[in-house]
Amino acid sequence: MEVLSLLGQGFATSLLPLNIGIVIVGVTLGLFIGAMPGLGSVNGVAIVLPLTFIVPPASAIIFLAALYYGAMYGGAISSILLGIPGSSTAVATTFDGRPMAQQGRAGLALIAAAVASFVGGTISVVLFTVFAMPLAELALKFGPAENFALVLLAFTTFVGLGGDDAFKTVAMICLGLVLSTVGLDLISGQPRLIFFDMPGFYAGISFLVLAIGVYGIGEVLWTVERSKVEPTVTPAKVTWAEMRAGFAVLSRTWKTMGVGSVMGFFVGMLPAAGATPASLMAYGIAKSTSREPDSFGKGNVEGVVAPETANNAASTGSLLPMLSLGIPGSPTTALLLGGMVMWGLTPGPMLFVEQADFVWGLISSLYTANLAAVLINLALIPVFVWALRMPFTVLCTLVLVLCIVGGFAPDQRMHDVWLILAFGVVGYLLRKADYPLAPLVLALVLGPVMERSFRQALISAQGDVTTFVTRPLSATFIGLALLFFMLPLLSRLWARRGGSRAA
Amino acid sequence: MLKAVLKAESLIALGLMGLSVYFMWHAVELPTTWDGRRGPGGGAFPFWLSAIMLAASTGVLVRTVLAEVRLPDPRPFFEPGMIGPVVAVTLALTITIALMSVVGTYVAVPLFMLWYLRFFGRNSWRVTVPLVVGTPIVLFFFFEVALLILLPKGITEPLFFPLYAIFF
Repeated sequence: MEVLSLLGQGFATSLLPLNIGIVIVGVTLGLFIGAMPGLGSVNGVAIVLPLTFIVPPASAIIFLAALYYGAMYGGAISSILLGIPGSSTAVATTFDGRPMAQQGRAGLALIAAAVASFVGGTISVVLFTVFAMPLAELALKFGPAENFALVLLAFTTFVGLGGDDAFKTVAMICLGLVLSTVGLDLISGQPRLIFFDMPGFYAGISFLVLAIGVYGIGEVLWTVERSKVEPTVTPAKVTWAEMRAGFAVLSRTWKTMGVGSVMGFFVGMLPAAGATPASLMAYGIAKSTSREPDSFGKGNVEGVVAPETANNAASTGSLLPMLSLGIPGSPTTALLLGGMVMWGLTPGPMLFVEQADFVWGLISSLYTANLAAVLINLALIPVFVWALRMPFTVLCTLVLVLCIVGGFAPDQRMHDVWLILAFGVVGYLLRKADYPLAPLVLALVLGPVMERSFRQALISAQGDVTTFVTRPLSATFIGLALLFFMLPLLSRLWARRGGSRAA
Repeated sequence: MLKAVLKAESLIALGLMGLSVYFMWHAVELPTTWDGRRGPGGGAFPFWLSAIMLAASTGVLVRTVLAEVRLPDPRPFFEPGMIGPVVAVTLALTITIALMSVVGTYVAVPLFMLWYLRFFGRNSWRVTVPLVVGTPIVLFFFFEVALLILLPKGITEPLFFPLYAIFF
């Protein structure tokens, strides 16, 4: 019950006119960014973050969270109308969304996506509200050893569950961690890794510089290479009659929605998983439990509902470890975490104690953001149809200009702008060679946490390494981390044994 | 064998290997050894992580080369004909960023947009002109007037004095 009163106090913050306005602007902007092919929540947050200096820190976070939500809703729009996923999280939505649009049922598909997103978002925010406090209270017991073990666990999930090549994943994690050590040594204060003696490196490499480079410039270069033909927009009109018919159809998909929401939430909490696998898994479950699995891929509305509930639920799920443990569950939440640190808020259990107003204001604003997103989404469908006709080159120009100027703004150094360009080109090449970029960004954000907790734990244990395995919680995390790390190897051994027996 | 090493994937792995050696060389400037009571020194974390990165990227290289020798992958790394536009955009960005400190943001950014929209993107003048003219104005009011962040102006700085006088 304590949770309810805290949530009530939170609504007192989030229902302030300023914050309602911020949620509406954030959601609308997010919807547009999400609807643009190629741009998803992570690109939106990276590009827009430097612009949020205009509002106070608490409102800036609410704004970014609203943008994140809006982008998750918006991803479905280009999946349905263009057949090109707005971002990887909306890939599964194209499977049935596109056929529906081609059959002239684009309106129904868009309504289904919006309503499913709302259901997924709302169920997951309720789960979030329930789990946030207990998790934060557990995390209050963590010392440096546990924090180190937890970060290690987060990274090993990428190796074990990320699905990318293990060597490449490890290389990217290490690259991000090494880049995070540039600047001054955390403990002794001595300068280190000052490349070419450039003074710009003394302040370290900001997560924002890497994120704008990789998700802004790198993304545009990726799009430039791919956009040989301009896609065609399927027309869509949404009328009241269609809306009513849509709700009638959707009321029969409650089971799919429920499964997608709960599963999406828990998958989203894992750093390596998140919205993309959650939506694919939900699609798979919906198809295999359906009475007519053959109709999937040919325009079954459940094929839109399942991934859209799951990806929205997952995006809320990935906020949970970020806020209550200080360990982000996705690249987008890693950027939110970086933003909070930049504004002087340290995510983690202490935030629930010291900044309870802020935490509950943010959580309650997730409820308002969800409501705003579904309403604005449905109301603006004609505008999205029009906006998607915008030539790629116009979008690319605006994104590039925002990257350059927005990258300069936070610290006002040209050094950062050059680094953004370098990271953009390198990120583009790495992505082409199938290196996963999410662990790179996460590692840069978590690097300082990892190194500080490792060295603090050792200092307080007087150099005794066994401190990581003699404390029960830390030992559990390390054990799980080892398991995840060995997973690719184990599964290969497993497959080989199974294979030889079959032969 | 040489052909397999010169493949783009191998070159990227080689680049990462080189980068990790460079990082290690930098990291040893600070103590990397274990101080009995206080744990590792300031250089240890970057040094050993770079070492792991070196090992991992070596793994990628070895596997790429072996796979290539066994069964060459005929697909090109870059989509044919599309590497040109990517290089063009990268070059244009480099020139724009260099120009920002010389002739200022408010000359470099419109020039970049003009090139991108009109000559690279082949948009009509009706689309190009409003964007090229409007964007710098929005940038000025957002960053300089609202956020008090001065964007680089280079030699065009004196032209802004009257504007500063009005808004600050």
